[in-house]
Amino acid sequence: MQLILFWFFAVLMLLFGVGVVLFRNPVSSAMSLVGTFISLAVLFFLLEAFFIGIIQILVYAGAVMVLFLFIIMLLDLKAEQQRRVKFPAFVGGGLVLAGFVCLLVEVVNSQPPFQLAPGPISPNMGSDVAQVGWMLFTHYNLAFQVIGLLLLVATIGVIILSKRELK
Amino acid sequence: MIPLSHYLIASGLLFAIGLAGVLLRRNIIVIFMCLELMLNAANLTLVAFSRFNLSPEGLPNFNGQVFVFFIITVAAAEVAVGLAIIVALYRAKQTTHVEDLDSLRG
Repeated sequence: MQLILFWFFAVLMLLFGVGVVLFRNPVSSAMSLVGTFISLAVLFFLLEAFFIGIIQILVYAGAVMVLFLFIIMLLDLKAEQQRRVKFPAFVGGGLVLAGFVCLLVEVVNSQPPFQLAPGPISPNMGSDVAQVGWMLFTHYNLAFQVIGLLLLVATIGVIILSKRELK
Repeated sequence: MIPLSHYLIASGLLFAIGLAGVLLRRNIIVIFMCLELMLNAANLTLVAFSRFNLSPEGLPNFNGQVFVFFIITVAAAEVAVGLAIIVALYRAKQTTHVEDLDSLRG
């Protein structure tokens, strides 16, 4: 059952991903990106990372995609024109693809230092939100503060960038 | 239980699709969306490794999930700043087509 769910949502995710690349209209691309994010959240749920899955839906499929769609509508973008693929670009893309496939085969065939199919998570784990929160506020407390500062800097930066005149 | 390699293959393919999009598309906003696809592929790998690297007590390795939390936060900030830059660029040049944006080309 899990395997069927996994393959269904993995294939759905990849199809939506291909849609992002192939759709000429930016709004269609953005909508299929939402589909990718939601399918990916389901894969996170299958990995029993419920907190990350919820964050994925709230932040990516919610906030980030609203921002994308808002900007696409604001700029009133037209669909891209079909264009001819240049030969150097084609060769470069082929090289990148070949290298990538070699890397993927190598990684999948290698032996990682832990089991490939471990047993179930121990039942006395409690909620994963509590565990992630505990890690955040103990081991990663400094990084957590820095990320708060980063969000502040990003907010101020966006306000300054959006002003009419850049001095 | 789904083997780890299935997750790695799905994640690798998603990354490849994102990379192909960055190389193929000419609209800067779509290029930006493909960058998000690549970030998400990395997140899937991290969560998969976190789930499969169980501690002796049978707990997942939560370091990976904390990393994903940080990546999602940074990506949200990145999208906000990136889109503000794109809007500023559009105001200056009236285009989002990368081949029209060549003023830095020597």
